Amino acid sequence: MARIGIVVFPGSNCDRDVHHILNNVLHIPSHYVWHTDSNLSAFDSLIIPGGFAYGDRLRAGAIAAHSPAAKGLKKMAKDGGIILGICNGFQILVECGLLPGALVKNNSLSFVCRETTIKVENNNTVFTSSFKRNQTIKIPIAHGEGRYMADNRLLKTILRKGQVVFRYFNDDPNGSADHIAAVCNEEGNVMGMMPHPERALTTGSSDASMIFRSLYTHLGK
Amino acid sequence: MTRLSKEESKFLESKLNRVPNKLENGLVEAEWSEHCSYKSSKRFIKMFPKNGKHVVIGPGQDAGVLDIGNGYVVTIHIESHNHPSAVDPYGGAATGVGGVIRDILSMGTRPIALLDALRFAPPQTNDELSHRSNSEWLFRYAVKGIGDYGNCVGVPTIAGEIEFDPSFTNYCLIDTACIGFGRRESIVRNSANYDDLIILVGGQTGRDGIHGAAFASKTYLHHNRSAVQIPDPFLEKLLIEAITEAVEDGAIKALKDLGGGGLSCCLSELSDSLGRGFDIELRDLHVKETGMSPLELMLSESQERMLIVTDHLKFDNVRQIFDKYELKYVILGRVKNHRNLVIRSNKRIIADIPSSVIANAPLIKRSSKRPSYLTALKRGFKKPVTPSNLTEVLLSMLSNPSIASREWIYRQYDHEVGLRTVVKPGYADASVLRLKNGKFLSVKLDGNSKHCYIDPYEGTLGCLSEACRNVACTGAYPIGMIDHLQFGSPERPEVFWCFRRAVDAIINYCKFMNIPVVGGKVSFYNETSKGPIKPSPVLGAIGLVEEKRLITQSSFKDGDSIFIIGTTADEPGGSEYYEYVHHITGGKVPKVDLNIDKLNLESILLLIDKDVVSCAHDPSKGGVAVALSEMAILGGVGFEVFVDRIPNTCTSIDNLLFSESHSRYIIGTHEPKKVEKILSGIGGLVYSRIGEVYNQNVAFKMGGKILINTDTQSLAASFRKLDQIMTR
Repeated sequence: MARIGIVVFPGSNCDRDVHHILNNVLHIPSHYVWHTDSNLSAFDSLIIPGGFAYGDRLRAGAIAAHSPAAKGLKKMAKDGGIILGICNGFQILVECGLLPGALVKNNSLSFVCRETTIKVENNNTVFTSSFKRNQTIKIPIAHGEGRYMADNRLLKTILRKGQVVFRYFNDDPNGSADHIAAVCNEEGNVMGMMPHPERALTTGSSDASMIFRSLYTHLGK
Repeated sequence: MTRLSKEESKFLESKLNRVPNKLENGLVEAEWSEHCSYKSSKRFIKMFPKNGKHVVIGPGQDAGVLDIGNGYVVTIHIESHNHPSAVDPYGGAATGVGGVIRDILSMGTRPIALLDALRFAPPQTNDELSHRSNSEWLFRYAVKGIGDYGNCVGVPTIAGEIEFDPSFTNYCLIDTACIGFGRRESIVRNSANYDDLIILVGGQTGRDGIHGAAFASKTYLHHNRSAVQIPDPFLEKLLIEAITEAVEDGAIKALKDLGGGGLSCCLSELSDSLGRGFDIELRDLHVKETGMSPLELMLSESQERMLIVTDHLKFDNVRQIFDKYELKYVILGRVKNHRNLVIRSNKRIIADIPSSVIANAPLIKRSSKRPSYLTALKRGFKKPVTPSNLTEVLLSMLSNPSIASREWIYRQYDHEVGLRTVVKPGYADASVLRLKNGKFLSVKLDGNSKHCYIDPYEGTLGCLSEACRNVACTGAYPIGMIDHLQFGSPERPEVFWCFRRAVDAIINYCKFMNIPVVGGKVSFYNETSKGPIKPSPVLGAIGLVEEKRLITQSSFKDGDSIFIIGTTADEPGGSEYYEYVHHITGGKVPKVDLNIDKLNLESILLLIDKDVVSCAHDPSKGGVAVALSEMAILGGVGFEVFVDRIPNTCTSIDNLLFSESHSRYIIGTHEPKKVEKILSGIGGLVYSRIGEVYNQNVAFKMGGKILINTDTQSLAASFRKLDQIMTR
């Protein structure tokens, strides 16, 4: 059976939320993995939850990228395992060099916690195959450093290679370049997203939870 | 530094049978400060009703504990960091959050929610100056401090309350409450045996915050930077996880957080409550500055530190957990069979005092005198002329920072982490949390300094009523209350008189309603160069919704029929209408009729229970006109209300619209006939159907005349004023 791990760093906050949604609500089995666990080969998929790993010291995700778990993440990415980074998880994946671009302070310079709408730009990934192209989803965001940045050349590249997975729709919560809310790597097995799919069920919309279902379905294959 | 008074020194010497040395004197001074000892207030607040069927542990411990069934408990506590926040709002507010979270942790429960109650001077003067005011700076950074800390530790800030009043010029009241959740069997009931280990874990000890407790025990006349504590929420997060794990493993025998007075207060209080002696060695304390004297080490209020007592067997488990989270800790000492607090520096004893002497300051008898300003207020009072353009008045009221939408604030708070938040901030009167056992917890904090200034007794009764009303609007019956009593110097008889009245109000209300006080705090010496702040008790109510149900929110829905329960009276005193629109302080303050308050509360709960309510909201600041407007704005709909159908004893139309009379509820319903039937069956209940919800037009009519005519969009635009002020 496919094993999904939720990587927990000192300072991770949304690990229990992700675990609850997966195990208790969606009935998708998942297990906590403490960051010092260097042997991540037992897992087929890893989810890096939101929070403030290492208190966001220096830069969000910067120190976590040097944790023992980062080695395992890089290996899994290379081996084709499925990795999903949510919010702080996205920041960590970027700092690990597993995803392109950078995430910096929101242009408002304030933390923002509210609902937004994102649009499916690429439904050919393992995370979004359950969605229709251009489908819009209501989903909560909660972040202070969610502004996605990439220079023009990089932006052109990731657009060309279809690495933009979700965009903010009719909304600009943090000043992200090209309204980018989620990106994946070239191979498509690693994705980072700023919004919180595990919180979506609380908004009364179950659409975002399809990200998890999609992921799980692909693991079964 | 508050020195001991002559009487206190004499008392101390008589208890010790000798003169204390400098260190011993310093320890006692810290613990005998008003902030730590409650020497002025203790004899009164211990009269609060404390018993209730849900109460497991009442006031006196680090937090109150309520049983909510199925083997689970919730804990609740409230703290303030007024004095330090006035100097450094970011650090003061953030560490206030940290402190109250650790109180919840001390009971062995996981913190699951935060609430804040804030008071500042208005953020903008009336002549709209372009420079930013001091109060705006305090407000902006206090909110940032609370947000940054709460967000980082992963505890959602789910609700709050804010009031602006000129009496808080160059000052602020920053109250934070925290709710915890855990298993009843896991509550840490402090116990200790001979030779048990006393462990200090968490942050390093430094010179930050020295004399913080003393700072809070005198009036704030100058900036005292050393007394402001420095926040580290990442460290707090590690503490939360480590302590929670250790508690689950049953590895902790006694637990206490370090707050005001640092080690001196924590050790003496714990030692005294355990009935055991402590032998403490300061040499190995993990410090962040060198050359600290023993007194500095004992008084430091460096944050994010907890004290643990455990035995040698369990210590191994505890150590493993601390190592996992890379937390620094030190074995500070051992539990002894004597009853003293013994402090050593490099083995040499430098202090040796009976813990009960330190922990039990002699109480002070303060005198009370009815404030002369109350008579002056009554005499000088002139009723204002009713404005001709009431539409303009309503729009002005909605743009009043004390009433306007708080979105600018709560958007900065992660209110969803934990997946327990059922109602988003702003959508219901109280915040509601989903608990593991399927039940819901409803919580609200309420204060009203304007009412309490003019009538401290009725004002406090009103806050109690309002907190309970808010909880009832979500369908929950209040099962416990917390109080935070904030006043000026208790050495002023006029201030102390107000304190006494507030205490009486709490005793009377809670006795009558049969709701226990499960915790609280007293904060005195809130003054600036202009004098004492207005009496500012903040009351919190906790309610329980037993079964799985849809939680009633406060937004109107298209097609709702509008009912009101309760009578509106000529009670404009201390209202936002009088103070914000007319700049008048005076008049009759709303009174609480306990029988009517209880009847009306039970009626709303009955309606909600019968599933006939689509929304509920209780009028408070701004009266019925503002309350109806808020419900319309939230729902994005308009309404037509017939003002003459609102039950009232008012002599003027503006009193009817804006008076802040208590015990009233506004309901929206799609089943008006059913509501009519249920309410008519309740003997003695005053209620009336007053209008309908439809379209986007907003109209208040009276006998064929249109008093107020506007639309939902205009209401919403005014309601956004606070956001506009803070983002310009």
